[in-house]
Amino acid sequence: MSDLLKTKLHAKHVALGAKMVPFAGYDMPVHYPLGVMKEHLHTRDKAGLFDVSHMGQCFIFADDETFETAAKALERLVPADIQSLKPGQIRYSQFLNDEGGILDDLMITRLGFEGHTHKLYLVVNAGCKADDFMHLATYMPPGITIDVADDTLSLIALQGPKAVDVLARLNPAVKDMVFMTSLDIPLTPTMWCHVSRSGYTGEDGYEISVKHDDVVELTEMILSNEEVEMIGLGARDSLRLEAGLCLYGHDIDTSVSPIEAGLFWSIQKHRRSAEAGYKGVERIVSDIADKSTKRLVGIQPEGRAPAREHTEIQDMDGNTIGEITSGGFGPTAGGPVAMGYVARKFTKAGTPVQLIVRGKARAATVAKMPFAPHNYYRG
Amino acid sequence: MSIYFTEDHEWIKVDGDKGTVGISPYAAKQLGDVVYVELPEIGRDMAKGDEAAVVESVKAASEVYSPVGGEVTEVNEKLEDAPETVNASADGDGWFLKMTIADSSELESLMDEAKYKEYCDGL
Repeated sequence: MSDLLKTKLHAKHVALGAKMVPFAGYDMPVHYPLGVMKEHLHTRDKAGLFDVSHMGQCFIFADDETFETAAKALERLVPADIQSLKPGQIRYSQFLNDEGGILDDLMITRLGFEGHTHKLYLVVNAGCKADDFMHLATYMPPGITIDVADDTLSLIALQGPKAVDVLARLNPAVKDMVFMTSLDIPLTPTMWCHVSRSGYTGEDGYEISVKHDDVVELTEMILSNEEVEMIGLGARDSLRLEAGLCLYGHDIDTSVSPIEAGLFWSIQKHRRSAEAGYKGVERIVSDIADKSTKRLVGIQPEGRAPAREHTEIQDMDGNTIGEITSGGFGPTAGGPVAMGYVARKFTKAGTPVQLIVRGKARAATVAKMPFAPHNYYRG
Repeated sequence: MSIYFTEDHEWIKVDGDKGTVGISPYAAKQLGDVVYVELPEIGRDMAKGDEAAVVESVKAASEVYSPVGGEVTEVNEKLEDAPETVNASADGDGWFLKMTIADSSELESLMDEAKYKEYCDGL
């Protein structure tokens, strides 16, 4: 345990009675006394506060102080269009290897703060961050600075329908932000934060990048609102699964391309051809043309038995057609939910399949995701 | 009637050669919210330590082992629609199965209530 890293909120989690578990090298709260089920439902109903400071944060900017140079450099490594980002705008994308396999998925923001709009702000997965930063250091051209902010910035997420009311009490400017945009604003007269209207629960909400020295105070201020409960990684997982959002290392990894993972939507139209020139683009082009052999789909098990990760998926004749990559109980869905890869011809919603749970075939159908409707604020 | 516990946190309440099996409140708390219980078929012959049931919480699936050998005579069908009963009443309404105990001497290797409490305190 002693070699596990701790976020600046570690003592707070322990004081609140969290059950701590090792996650991506950090000692993190999996749930608080409320428990996974109630934490999940509370987030969908009111507002949940998550410590996601274990995630990697960094800034990328060019010596020539133009946005274009930094954006073009990053576009060599991700399928998303970066150059067209407006100040404050956020995009979801992936780092790809030469074969088009996913090295990590990430959020990319063009800062909106005056004097800083030439800078990109990246948030990457905790488990991949060391490799990601190495990847950036290796492939960014000369004249680009990569400023890793792990030593200076914490990250918390406030998610749920009441998130807007709660945060607006600190600064009403957050009310008018739309999904996938950000603002650099003070949440107290002395506490400047980078606030994004984003998250990974399917709910409206915010992710707040805040100085290490301020994160405990900010957490306590947000938590003092009666609508807010602290939420652990357990509910974070069930919330994102119901929302149909991929988890790196489970639903996506280097063995799959963004097209197979159903992330076609995250690749803007002109970035879908070889001329886009980014790492792994050949795979994107060929997977689009060949209607790649497998696809990530939602799976709705019948009955109450959850189908966990690595559960075999069979067609109705008993042939293996794929595997569950995330599965569990969806508290909002009120039953088991899952996602997994199936061969291309089984991807249509409603297709009956069988799941082999503890040696027994159980009925399931391919389902449309999300399992719980997205509640993003789009203005 | 007496109650015995295993190191895997199953309990068995014994009345003559009849046993009722469940998991302890300690185990239920550790598992978190139970969302599904898979129960054995009635009439199944189990040896001591055989997998008797599977309990799925929001977190994970866990096996429940038979504390002693014997034949399953009844299962708690209420758990199918109300698996949360395991959390609400692990040592009462949340029982899993009833069995005919094949060999009562197998009970001797289990812990009594005082010993089990001591065991849990040490975890």
